[in-house]
Amino acid sequence: MTTFPIERIRADFPILAEKIRGKDLVYLDNAASCQKPDIVIECMNHVYRHDYANIHRGVHTLSVRSTDKYEAAREKVRDFINAESSKEIIFVRGATEAINLIAQTYGKANIKAGDEILITAMEHHSNIVPWQMLCEQTEAVLRVAPMNQVGELLFDDFTQLLNEKTKLVAVVHMSNALGTINPVKDIIAAAHAKDIPVLLDGAQAIPHIPVDVQTLDCDFYVFSGHKLYGPSGIGVLYGKQAFLEAMPPYQGGGDMIRTVTFEKSTYAALPHKFEAGTPAIAEVIGLGAAIGYLNGIGMADIAAYEAELLTYATEQAKQIDGLKIIGEAKDKGAILSFTLGKIHPHDIGTMLDSLGIAIRAGHHCAMPVMEFYGVPATARASFAMYNTKQEIDVLMEGIKSLIKVFG
Amino acid sequence: MFEDLRDLYQEVIFDHNRNPRNFRVIEDADRKVEGFNPLCGDRLTLYLKMDGDRIADASFQGSGCAISTASVSLMTEIIKDKTEAEAEALFLTFHEMTTGKSEDIQLEAVGKLAVLAGVREYPARVKCATLAWHTLDAALKNQQEAVSTE
Ligand SMILES: Cc1ncc(COP(=O)(O)O)c(C=O)c1O
Repeated sequence: MTTFPIERIRADFPILAEKIRGKDLVYLDNAASCQKPDIVIECMNHVYRHDYANIHRGVHTLSVRSTDKYEAAREKVRDFINAESSKEIIFVRGATEAINLIAQTYGKANIKAGDEILITAMEHHSNIVPWQMLCEQTEAVLRVAPMNQVGELLFDDFTQLLNEKTKLVAVVHMSNALGTINPVKDIIAAAHAKDIPVLLDGAQAIPHIPVDVQTLDCDFYVFSGHKLYGPSGIGVLYGKQAFLEAMPPYQGGGDMIRTVTFEKSTYAALPHKFEAGTPAIAEVIGLGAAIGYLNGIGMADIAAYEAELLTYATEQAKQIDGLKIIGEAKDKGAILSFTLGKIHPHDIGTMLDSLGIAIRAGHHCAMPVMEFYGVPATARASFAMYNTKQEIDVLMEGIKSLIKVFG
Repeated sequence: MFEDLRDLYQEVIFDHNRNPRNFRVIEDADRKVEGFNPLCGDRLTLYLKMDGDRIADASFQGSGCAISTASVSLMTEIIKDKTEAEAEALFLTFHEMTTGKSEDIQLEAVGKLAVLAGVREYPARVKCATLAWHTLDAALKNQQEAVSTE
């Protein structure tokens, strides 16, 4: 790990030089959103200064340039997750929109009254609410596979919940509230053994773990660009081609059609069928730049470096009296959720902010997880590849000091 | 170490957070309203015992951050023996003080509550301080349903 180019990486992220309340920024809210490297910022700047026009519509030079760059980014995404075809890469606003899209197209077409959708106890609201909405529309039933006290899925309970009524399994790859990495290969194998398709919510996993959708054999994989060092407002829905072909379109409009008459319209081929209207052009190209940047470092090296950070942070945290870690799954990504007894997470957040440390305090859009642990909220430090052990030291010193102040 | 936060976390706030006043149930309360801040999950229940249009007793239950606990604790102290109209006026002054709309707020008018004036520099925390007062406002208007800061 001595070879991980941490100094160079830090230098690539201009915001890391920012002073917050006069202190060096220690940015540990990466699970909410990541900071952007120069290459992404400059890429989007370049698009607007030199290449920008609407895509897929014009014969003029700029439209061709923008279209080429936009489609090149799709190819980069395809390669990054090793999808078989770039037709399987649909650009959406983010993980949330991707899940809603699947619920309202695949779900509405295939899920009927009495059918079941299976999720887990550790889902983000964005992998709960769209299914509840679908259940309201169709009278399908949402089932929830339980977890244990350390935040691991109870796999036997999960498999027992799979039955002939189960029409879809939708599971978070890595939990944002707990850090748990789910045994997704086993989950997919168990579901496929009963011919049930599987959607993985990869919003948290994608910046931390190498993802190969063909090896996983998942049917859908969704993630957001902004958690992958890319721009906000852009995300990806991967779906196996056969599924996407069979699904009805999501929104109607320009770009998603082949022909339109007032009597009937026919739809464009994949992936355009699901990309109605003018998309987030510069953001897609910026996401491509972020992926290029990550490829230059290597996802396997990033995962190994972050694992070291997490181990270090966990060891340090355990030495603090009164600190309770929420989420201690054996297989875990670089997230440290914790409580400090009676000190409320919002007070922790404000206190640490005064030291330049950005963490998240709240329910992390996972209220059922908070309820499970019987807390209204937790404090969460979430790490990225540009964080360091020194920053973890600053965090731990801050926590110790605030415990004293609250006494 | 936390010098910058002295205006926000004054000693009075730590004191009320450690030892909240009127932290109890009023069994025969005339008004009982729940307040909820979905942003942080804070919940409190406010109890009022009325004597005509005068607040004879006030108490609360629930848990929250130091700011919201201190705010509700201070509030239950200060509204006791106030008329409904006086309490409502206090709510409006407090609201102005914490949202910083008026620069020349008369801090004397709010008495001890002035220790909470610091939140106006922390927009993310204003709702922690105002939750108690929005709940009181609902209780004074005799609303039954839970109050949410969102
Ligand atoms: C596990 C998980 N799923 C889904 C989402 C939703 O992502 P977005 O808000 O970018 O659509 C998030 C983001 O917080 C997340 O952590």
